[in-house]
Amino acid sequence: MVTDTSSGTGPSALDSPTSTVDRRRPARRLARRRVPAPLALPAAVALAFLVLPLVGLFVRAPWPTLPQRLTEPEVLAALRLSLVAATLATAVCLVLGVPLAWLLARVDFPGRRLARALVTVPLVLPPVVGGLALLLLLGRRGIIGQWLDKWFDATIPFTTSAVVIAEAFVAMPFLVIAVEGALRGVDDRYEEAAATLGASRWTTFRRVTLPLVAPGIAAGSVLCWARALGEFGATITFAGNFPGRTQTMPLSVYLLLETDPPAAIVLSLVLLAVSVAILVALREKWIGSPA
Amino acid sequence: MTTVDNPNSPPPAADRAASAVGLRAHLVVERTAFRLDIDLTVAPGEVVALLGPNGAGKTTALRALAGLTPLTDGRIDLDGTCLDDAAGTFVPPERRGVGVVFQDYLLFPHLSALENVAFGPRCRGASRTQARAIAHEWLARVGLADVAGRRPRQLSGGQAQRVALARALALRPALLLLDEPLAALDARTRLDTRAELHRHLADHPGATLVVTHDPLDAFVLADRLVIIENGRVVQEGDAATVTARPRTDYVARLVGLNLYRGRADGHTVALPTGMALTTADTVHGDAFVAFPPAAVALHSDPLQGSPRNTWSATVTGVTRHGDNIRVQLAGGPGEASADITPAAAAALRLEPGQQLWAAVKATETRAYPAG
Amino acid sequence: MMVFGPVRRRLAAAVATAAVAAALTGCSSPATPEPSGSTAVGGTITVFAAASLTDVFEDIAEDFEAAHPGARLEFNFAGSSALATQINEGAPADVFASASPATMKTVADAGNTDGEPVVFVRNQLVIAVEAGNPKGITGLADLTKPGITVALCAEQVPCGAAAKTAIEASGLTITPVSYEENVRAALSKVSLGEVDAALVYRTDAAVGDAVEAVDFPESAKAINDYLIAVLKDAPNKAAAEAFVAWVLSADGTAVLTRYGFQLP
Repeated sequence: MVTDTSSGTGPSALDSPTSTVDRRRPARRLARRRVPAPLALPAAVALAFLVLPLVGLFVRAPWPTLPQRLTEPEVLAALRLSLVAATLATAVCLVLGVPLAWLLARVDFPGRRLARALVTVPLVLPPVVGGLALLLLLGRRGIIGQWLDKWFDATIPFTTSAVVIAEAFVAMPFLVIAVEGALRGVDDRYEEAAATLGASRWTTFRRVTLPLVAPGIAAGSVLCWARALGEFGATITFAGNFPGRTQTMPLSVYLLLETDPPAAIVLSLVLLAVSVAILVALREKWIGSPA
Repeated sequence: MTTVDNPNSPPPAADRAASAVGLRAHLVVERTAFRLDIDLTVAPGEVVALLGPNGAGKTTALRALAGLTPLTDGRIDLDGTCLDDAAGTFVPPERRGVGVVFQDYLLFPHLSALENVAFGPRCRGASRTQARAIAHEWLARVGLADVAGRRPRQLSGGQAQRVALARALALRPALLLLDEPLAALDARTRLDTRAELHRHLADHPGATLVVTHDPLDAFVLADRLVIIENGRVVQEGDAATVTARPRTDYVARLVGLNLYRGRADGHTVALPTGMALTTADTVHGDAFVAFPPAAVALHSDPLQGSPRNTWSATVTGVTRHGDNIRVQLAGGPGEASADITPAAAAALRLEPGQQLWAAVKATETRAYPAG
Repeated sequence: MMVFGPVRRRLAAAVATAAVAAALTGCSSPATPEPSGSTAVGGTITVFAAASLTDVFEDIAEDFEAAHPGARLEFNFAGSSALATQINEGAPADVFASASPATMKTVADAGNTDGEPVVFVRNQLVIAVEAGNPKGITGLADLTKPGITVALCAEQVPCGAAAKTAIEASGLTITPVSYEENVRAALSKVSLGEVDAALVYRTDAAVGDAVEAVDFPESAKAINDYLIAVLKDAPNKAAAEAFVAWVLSADGTAVLTRYGFQLP
C-alpha cells in the first residue's frame, strides 16, 4: 500500500568521492572554449591600456646607470620605509577592517547603509584632502591631536606612525569592501550550524566565518597593501617628507621628477618590481595550499 | 549510550526537572501571509516525524525549536526548562542543548570530519584531547573511523550525512532535530542510510524530531507522526493509524489511498458527487471512505449484477508506478487512482479521455468517522 | 581672486565677441575700447607658470585681456620643474614663466625657447611664522632652538634650493621635521600650526592672514630669479610675445610689485 515514490527520481550518478572529482572536469573544458570577440577585444585593449605605459617607463629607464642608482642609501631607505609602512598599514586595516566588514555584513544596526557609504569616502576623497583631514584630527592643533600633544607630549605628524596612519586611511576601504563582499558570499547557515553546536558568536567568527572568508581577506589585503604602497597625497600632506622617516618611494619619485626624471623612473621600476615579486610569491603560496 | 564522559552537558540538561521531561512546545511563528501554529510533544527516547508538503511550515518549526527563529507566540519547554516564551525568555541556539542535522549537512568545509565532530565538544569547553576522543568515538559509532581525516568535499553523500549526525549527537542533545535527513541522497544510498539512521535514532536517549516530506522516511524512522498542512496539525498518530485512516487528501496521497468524505448511514456513504459507496464497515454521520488504487478494477464494458461499487470513469492520466500502471480517473466518487498490471493496461488500450467502468469491492474499502 | 579669474576672463571674451559682432553689423559701440594693434593680438594664449605666480598672473591677465579684446589667457600653474618636463615632452604652450633659472635652463638647453629667457622679477625668502609670532622668532638662529619645529621646501624645488643656500650662508644647522614638496605646502604647515616656522618666499607669506613674514639678512644670499620666455613651438606666437612684453612693461611690473615681488 505504501509506495516508495522516490525510487527512480533521485540523481542517478553515484555519489562517491570519485564522482565528486570527475564533476570538475567539464568546468575546465568550458574554460578552454573559444572566447567571443565582444569580450576578447575590449579585454585585450584594457590589458594594453594598463601595460603599455609601463613599457614607456622601461624604454626611458637609464639602464646603464641602473645598478649604481639602486644601491644608493636613500633609495634603499625609501624602499625599506615603503615596504614596512605598507605592511604595517595593512596590519592595521586587517585588525580594524575585518571586524568592520563583519559588522556591515552581518549585523542589522540602524544607520548601516550610511556606514557602508561612509566606508567608501577615502576612495572618493582626493588623498591630499584625506591628509589634510588627518592633520585637522591628529595634528598638533587637531581635535584629538591637541590633547595628545598636551597630555603625552606626542605629535603624530612628521613621524613614521603618520605614514602608517595615512596609508591605512586611504587603503582601508579596499579591505573592508573585499571582506564584506566575501562575507556576503558565505552561506550564513554555517554560522547557524556553529551556533547549534554551542559556539558563541565570537567563537563562530573565529573558527567558522574567518576560515571561510580567508580567500576574500587575502584578496582584500593584497589590494590594501598595493594601495598603501603607492600612497602619495595623504602621506606627504599628513606625514611630510623626511628621508628615512617619512619619505616613502612615491614621495622620492615625485621629488626626483623635479630635478632628475631618469632617477624617478628607476625608483618607479624598483617599486613596481618589488611589489609584483611579492604579490606573485604570495599568490603562488595561496594557490599552492588547498583551501 | 556513549562511554566517553562529556564534561559539559548542555545547560538545560543540568536543571532537568523530573516532572516534565522531553519536549513540550506550542509553536507560533507569524510571517507575512503565513502563520505556523502547532503543538508538539516529544518524550525522551521517542522519535517523532513532522510530515507535511512543501511550505507547510516544517522548516520554520525546526528553526524555532533550534532557536534560529524566535517565536511570535507560544512556548518551548525542554526537560522542564523554558527555551522561548515569546516574551521575556529566549535561550540562544548555542545554549539550548538542541542538536541539528541540516538538510545539506552544513559540514564546515575547512575542517576534517573529525574536527567537525569535535567542534561541538570544544565549544562546550572540552579540552582538545577530550574533544578529539569524543569525536573519534562518534565517528567509529557511525562507521566512519577510517575517513576521520577527510575534508567534507572528499566524503560521499552518505558519509557526509553520517558525519553530520555524529556531529549533532556528540553533544548528547536533549532534543535532536533532523531536517530532511535523507533528501540529499540518491535512491540507493538512501536505502542503506535510512536503515542505519533508524538504528542511531532508536539508540538516542533524548527526544528526536525528524522533519520530512517523504512518508517512507517518516514510517521507518519515527514512532509517531505529526502531519502539518498550512501551518496547522491535520493528523497525528502512529504509522498504522495514519496509513489506515488518512484524514486529508494530502495524507491519503502520502499513504497511497483514494479518500472521500461523505455522510454515512450504516454500510453506505453518500458522497457530494451524488454517488454512494457501499462499505463493509458500519459507520454513521460524517465519515471518510478510503481504498487503495490496487483495489480498483477497470473494465471496458459495464458489469452486471456484481456486489461492487461501480461507476463510469474518464481516464485523465496514465503513468508508470513501480511495476504497475497507475491510471488517473475522473467521475463517480471524484478523482481516483487505479493501479493495474501492464498486461491489463495493454488489453484496455488506455489513452486519456477514454471512457471506462471502474469497480471496487465493498470489502476493500474502509470507512471511519470524520468528526 | 583665483577662483573668479577664469570666469571674468570668459566674461571679457564674451564682451569682446559681442563687440566684434556689433562692429560687423554696423552698430558702432563707442564704449568699447579699441586699442591699436589688437588685430595682431587675439586667440588663446597658453601660459605655463610657476605656482607662486598664480595670484599675480591672474590679476595681470585681467588687465591684458581688457586691453586686448579677442585675446584669452589660459594658465597652467604648477611646480616649475613639472612644467619644464611637460614642455620638453611636447605640451602645446606659448609662454613659460619659471621660478628658477635652473628649470628654465632645462627648457632652453632642449632648444624649446624662442630667444633668450628674461629675468622679470625676483623673490626673496622670509621666515613664515604664525600670525602674532607666538614663539618670538626674529632670525634664522631661533630656528635651531630646541622645541622649535621647522618645515623647509625639498631641495629639488626652487624654494628648497634657495633655503639651502641661505642656511649654508648663515653657517647654522637647521634640522626640519619635513622637506615639503612645494612652497605652499610648507606655508600651510605653518598656518595649520603643525610647525612653528618655514622658509618661504615673501610673496607666498603675503597670502592670507594666518601667517606673517619675518625678514632675515641671509636671504639676500639666495634671491630667486623668475624668468619668462616665449616658446619655440608656440601655437600663438604673436600674442605670446605681446603678453611677455605686457608683463615686462610698467603695466605688468606695477602689479608684480604690489604682490611683493622685487624687480631685477
